Amino acid sequence: MKLVYFAWVRERIGKEAETLTPPDEVKTVADLLEWLKARGDGYAAALEVPEIIRVAVDQQHVTHDSRLPENGEIALFPPMTGG
Amino acid sequence: MPEAVEPRVRVQQEDFDVASEIDQLTGGRKDIGAVVTFTGLCRDENGRLAALELEHYPAMAEAEICRIAREAAERWSLSGLSIIHRFGKILPGENIVLVVAASTHRRAALDAADFLMDYLKSRAPFWKKEHPADGAASQWVEAKPADEDALDRWR
Repeated sequence: MKLVYFAWVRERIGKEAETLTPPDEVKTVADLLEWLKARGDGYAAALEVPEIIRVAVDQQHVTHDSRLPENGEIALFPPMTGG
Repeated sequence: MPEAVEPRVRVQQEDFDVASEIDQLTGGRKDIGAVVTFTGLCRDENGRLAALELEHYPAMAEAEICRIAREAAERWSLSGLSIIHRFGKILPGENIVLVVAASTHRRAALDAADFLMDYLKSRAPFWKKEHPADGAASQWVEAKPADEDALDRWR
């Protein structure tokens, strides 16, 4: 799946986007955040408090209990500050 | 119930002209009784801020604003609706966001504009970074819990 990162999530992970294949046991958005967090210091810093991370699947907001799609674009970002 | 108006949504780096945006909604029409505009500007925070930088999620920003705008257009009887959100570097005094809502009677336009600004703040994928005037390191603006709480008014 394609992962894209924004704002301080992008800065802490140190990249804008990457393509990863999580293991089969990663089924929900919450599982994905936990799995990513263990990938290194940058990920750990970005996802230190996973509950506050906002997630979009194929450009639509989703909750952390949502099932991950087989394929698609998963975006991780901080709470938004537009307007 | 008349058909919901199709919102006009733009996400752009360039500035916008409020008068010309109003004119595009109302020009040549005689059925509109109220136009409400909300313009969000960049403050200098008493001289502390040199610039704001707005990062956005290009693939999602316009689509998400359209979703919010369609919800407003279904909820209130509007004659026209335009939303512009800028991204990139914005200096104090410059425009950031514009909502123009037109309706037959004022209440629909006022409420729709208020609703839209509450939702744009917490749902549109934009993130503000502050560049301080004293040259210190830039900092991400933190979302305020009050912004999220503001959505409860509309539920």
